[in-house]
Amino acid sequence: MQALQQIKSSFVPLPIENVDTDQIIPARFLKATTRDGFGKNLFRDWRYEQDDETKPKPDFVLNQRIFSGEILVAGKNFGCGSSREHAAWALLDYGFKAVVSSFFADIFKNNALNNGVLPVIVSDDFLQQIFALSATDTISIDVAAQTITIDATGAQASFELNPYKKTCLLNGYDDIDFLISRKTSIEQFELEKV
Amino acid sequence: MAQTLFDKIWDAHVVEKIPNGPSVLYIDKHFIHEVTSPQAFKGIEKRGLPLFRPKQTIATADHNVPTLNQHLPIKDQLSKMQVDQLIENCEKHGVELYGLGHPYQGIVHVIGPELGITQPGMTIVCGDSHTSTHGAFGTIAFGIGTSEVEMVFASQCVLQTKPKTMRINIEGNLPNGVVSKDIILYIIAKISASGATGYFVEYAGSTIRSLSMEARMTICNMSIEMGARGGMIAPDEITFNYIKGRIYAPKGADWDKQLANWKKLYSDQDAIFDAEININAAEIAPMITYGTNPGLGMAIDGNIPLTESITNEGEKKNLAQALTYMGLNSGAALLGMPVQHVFIGSCTNSRIEDLRLVAELVKGRKKHESVKVMIVPGSQQVAKQVHAEGLDRIFSEAGFQIRQAGCSACLGMNEDKIPAGEYCISTSNRNFEGRQGAGARTLLASPLTAAAAAITGVVTDVRELINHN
Repeated sequence: MQALQQIKSSFVPLPIENVDTDQIIPARFLKATTRDGFGKNLFRDWRYEQDDETKPKPDFVLNQRIFSGEILVAGKNFGCGSSREHAAWALLDYGFKAVVSSFFADIFKNNALNNGVLPVIVSDDFLQQIFALSATDTISIDVAAQTITIDATGAQASFELNPYKKTCLLNGYDDIDFLISRKTSIEQFELEKV
Repeated sequence: MAQTLFDKIWDAHVVEKIPNGPSVLYIDKHFIHEVTSPQAFKGIEKRGLPLFRPKQTIATADHNVPTLNQHLPIKDQLSKMQVDQLIENCEKHGVELYGLGHPYQGIVHVIGPELGITQPGMTIVCGDSHTSTHGAFGTIAFGIGTSEVEMVFASQCVLQTKPKTMRINIEGNLPNGVVSKDIILYIIAKISASGATGYFVEYAGSTIRSLSMEARMTICNMSIEMGARGGMIAPDEITFNYIKGRIYAPKGADWDKQLANWKKLYSDQDAIFDAEININAAEIAPMITYGTNPGLGMAIDGNIPLTESITNEGEKKNLAQALTYMGLNSGAALLGMPVQHVFIGSCTNSRIEDLRLVAELVKGRKKHESVKVMIVPGSQQVAKQVHAEGLDRIFSEAGFQIRQAGCSACLGMNEDKIPAGEYCISTSNRNFEGRQGAGARTLLASPLTAAAAAITGVVTDVRELINHN
């Protein structure tokens, strides 16, 4: 996993609630056996007419050139539905390093963190402040300080991040290395349980 | 101290609590399927690790499989590759696979309970959000991502933060024509698609206790649709009778020993939940959804809410977008609206009892000529039972197409898809945009309500058909 410490970037606004993982990456694209290349199908059916890459839907934000950046800002309950980690892979492959919302679905949140994509939970009010910004405004996210700042206004909010997960993110550690290091205590647990 | 059922099972599986961090949670059973496991197998191979406890993982192929002519090679090359990869991975790593052609093959959340693998007090995970189904047996069962599948492969553990607990009490007798699917659709409509996010739910009360195991599974299955980490029901005699004698159920003295443990699995009388909701079963009517998340549901004879009546701007926009996609009008009724497809299947409603309910209603009747009806048993064993009970004859005579076991039209991944713009009354669990195929419009309902629409060709209040029976 890639380490993540700071992000300063413009953002892509997606002011829609309950964005489910079927929208982030539709099931028909889950047939790969590797983690690569999902970005081109990110939000596939919102992005293109009739599944045709030559027919981008002009109203969808990923097709609007004025919006770009490493931060996706979305309405509440982002990532609900299917547990497919392909959703996190698609966001990462497309180039997003953080998703900002007022509320995340649990499984998506875990999947994102396990891939170095930071879910940033802000208040509904702060979220609306971001949606009101212009496309060229930037946002700064500091993982160590657990803060998100709107650079133009200086408005800042802190966000929750489990200390263990924070260490993982800052250093690019993953859970599997940690769990393997606990093998002896897991074997001991098995002996006591039986 | 008084404990909840959830706490009892959770505490018994914590290997270690990381200070200010998640817990190392031991996993008793791990189910895998072809879609969310290949990258995890690749991951441990890249690390040069063996599977830590291969005997605790059970595999099947369900998401990608065709539901016709399963004896022939899979036509879609990518699907075939994924299913072949599963076979290869299971052989290489010593995992038991109930693949295509095996008499135990089927939807992962149908076969686990049916084979007696799912047992009270266990922790169960699978790279699939509907793993919550297994909670019906008094287990902590939840969906995980592929990185977590790799964690279980490597260590038989996952790192989890303990969720909050919620109890939903449902009391009283269910009205005529109302079944367990209606209970869960009612709850989700009441608390929204995110109403239980961050919680693990226990369903309790006299209504729940009166339900069969299969009906309980339908309820636990859809816990994720209100955002819950999982759902569970305390095991009782109905649970024990269901498990007894199944292939992987404990036998002889081991049964007695396990049974004694299982009987301790309930929430203590004074146990405190972080949230509690009370529901009167008499208020529940046959339900149907009209929107693009499972929280947008109503009584079948209701009217879609008026967008202008919603004060929250986000919700208003959400509803307007959903209705545009669905081709429905704010304030309209759904009764009498023509549908083109009926899908009876999925990990929510493809078990023998679901199919018996359908058969009872359609016996001696025919489907409406304008509707295509697919009935997809959840497993090879369910299909066998359908045949043994002669239900297949009832379905054939009614003009229903009976297909072979798999996830089928629930998720638009295999050959079974609903065409763009057409309406499908579906017994599955998600009405998301494009879920049943790009542009498909899904109305979620119970097997009874789906069967009623199959007969009439329109959205129908099943109570009218029952009363005229």
